[in-house]
Amino acid sequence: MRELVVLSGKGGTGKTTVCGNLAVLASNKVMADCDVDAANLYLLLDPVLKSSSPFYGLKKASINREKCMGCNLCLHLCRYDAIRPGFVVDPVLCEGCAICYHACPCGAVEMIEHLAGHLFLSDTRYGYLVHARLGIAEDNSGKLVAAVRKEARRLAEEEKKELIITDGPPGIGCPAISCLSGADLVLVVAEPTFSGSHDLERVLELAKHFGCRAAVCINKWDLEPENSHALESLCSRHSVPVVGYLPYDESVMEAVKSGRPVIQECSGSMKKGILALWGKLKTLLELR
Amino acid sequence: MKVAVCAQDNHIDARVDQRFGRCPYFVVVDLNSGDWEGLQNTGTQSSGGAGVQTAQLLVNRGVNVVLVDRIGPHAIEVLGRAGIQVYGGISGTVRQSVEAYRQGRLSLLSRANSPSHGGMGRG
Amino acid sequence: MIIAVASGKGGTGKTTVASSLALVAAEKREVLFLDCDVEEPNGHIMLKPHWHKKETVRVPVPEINREKCTFCGTCAEVCAFHALVVLPQEVMLLPTMCHGCGGCWHFCPAGAISPGWREIGQVEEGSSGKIGFVHGRLNVGEAISPPLIQAVKERIRPGILNIIDAPPGTSCPVVRAVKGADFCLLVTEPTPFGLHDLELAYEMATGLGVPCGVAVNRSDGDDSSIRRFCHNNNIPLLFQLPQDREVARGYARGIPAIEVRPEWKEHFLALLAFLERGGYARCAN
Repeated sequence: MRELVVLSGKGGTGKTTVCGNLAVLASNKVMADCDVDAANLYLLLDPVLKSSSPFYGLKKASINREKCMGCNLCLHLCRYDAIRPGFVVDPVLCEGCAICYHACPCGAVEMIEHLAGHLFLSDTRYGYLVHARLGIAEDNSGKLVAAVRKEARRLAEEEKKELIITDGPPGIGCPAISCLSGADLVLVVAEPTFSGSHDLERVLELAKHFGCRAAVCINKWDLEPENSHALESLCSRHSVPVVGYLPYDESVMEAVKSGRPVIQECSGSMKKGILALWGKLKTLLELR
Repeated sequence: MKVAVCAQDNHIDARVDQRFGRCPYFVVVDLNSGDWEGLQNTGTQSSGGAGVQTAQLLVNRGVNVVLVDRIGPHAIEVLGRAGIQVYGGISGTVRQSVEAYRQGRLSLLSRANSPSHGGMGRG
Repeated sequence: MIIAVASGKGGTGKTTVASSLALVAAEKREVLFLDCDVEEPNGHIMLKPHWHKKETVRVPVPEINREKCTFCGTCAEVCAFHALVVLPQEVMLLPTMCHGCGGCWHFCPAGAISPGWREIGQVEEGSSGKIGFVHGRLNVGEAISPPLIQAVKERIRPGILNIIDAPPGTSCPVVRAVKGADFCLLVTEPTPFGLHDLELAYEMATGLGVPCGVAVNRSDGDDSSIRRFCHNNNIPLLFQLPQDREVARGYARGIPAIEVRPEWKEHFLALLAFLERGGYARCAN
């Protein structure tokens, strides 16, 4: 079994759209949407929800006012200013370090389970999709990403699928890091913008840092061919292959708007680009 | 020479578990005497950083080698620093895995082959 | 006044809108632009500031004195993040897992742990014409961004217009960036992705008690889904910017939308007038 993780340094480069298209082309796979902050892949895949399970983050502190004698020690120790006057814990600020729990002289602090989001399994025309939704202002997105990947892996093993396609989160922070390690191939979707090289370089550095093999797809390459060349030379400096070139195409937005993967709707050059990309990915992933 | 194997049950003929941080048991085999004992993995209850906690358990237990299928980046870093060797890609039972290790059929891991399940928190 | 420009989804044109707003606003008043998208700061590409100052941002981490350490294991037990491991001859720190809570140095019975510092990124300050500019830059491989966002926000200047370019999404870093703003401008695009993420972003801003309004970017003329959402939630739809290949090319070259399409200025002037009327914005000072 192989796992392909699709990332981008910056949001909105077309990561999810690329994933949606790969979902149509690849057979015998499980899809995982790890952009748990803003999970969008399901919007393209017309899913039927099969199951949902709660996701608990790190336990958070709660103060029992009856036991509390108001010594202020917790207030003094908390580095996150999470304890409000009157000894009420702000769940957004509390990081669950438990320093108050360990220090409280009267045992008034409890660490309680904290519902941070939900994990979903859906069936689609293109196979199973594992996705999730993180509650607003939650901080355990890395952990939820890991939970999504784990569930996808379990499912792929159970169903004897040969591939997992993971739509990763944007950026280079905690959720992106959780998506990288152990992946067989990271596909970075880049744009030929002024910042594109810089954004791409940061993701490639991250992939290298975690020992992951990477490949790059340049989306909207014809928008600014000079910048596309800059992306190409950056890739060759990092010994990373460019495996796809997709054109700037306003019909993509039309397709996304109608909630369908682009390949079913769009113009010839886009279709050709996507097919060529999938061909190269198959070779890199050693798929049949 | 003590070898710990990730297992689904606490027995030498138990099936191996594919996880490191969240495997329910380790079976610790003494290669010199052939004795073995089951060890419950208390790290599984942890809501994050299970791999690190599990690594701590094995360090405290004084094992020399750990046989896993997959292991995350933090756990392998800890085991490496403690001088514990990690071999990957086990399958079948604990007994079969130890035999594979003896015959040199397992590969030494120097790097994680599994994601960090705990995430990094605070993302 | 503090205006946060946010979007649930990345790539909707947050930076395009925020930088154009800053340029238009700076014609008449003092403006500070704060790029809080510390994972991918891009505002500087549009506004091209001259840098004056750079400061390293650090977070606390334990420093272990090996002479005093008795290897009792207390630090590893109290660490909720499992950032510490007690090995036979050393106590090992996994720095990216540490949240700097201070539990280990507070509880170490041997007094062997003291607070030290670890660098997570930099805050750079500069100016672009009349616009003051601040951004944070997270080190690669670093997972913890909120303290860096906080450091950027410490540069907010009362009495002037502060424009915060927030990171995408709705999780912790975004909340840190938007919290305390007087108004949040939610930038979206008229696709199912855009609408879905707008709903999340709206929930986030409302949860923080920050009033918001919506700007549609890359409109193809049919914004009915967004329009319906705004109507149902009683939030203003402030302006729509059309899908425009030249603006996309300009962005690709680092040219702000307002320079490619000067006629868009009226949208930003209208937004500023709306903010000044103050119906939705509580004044910062």
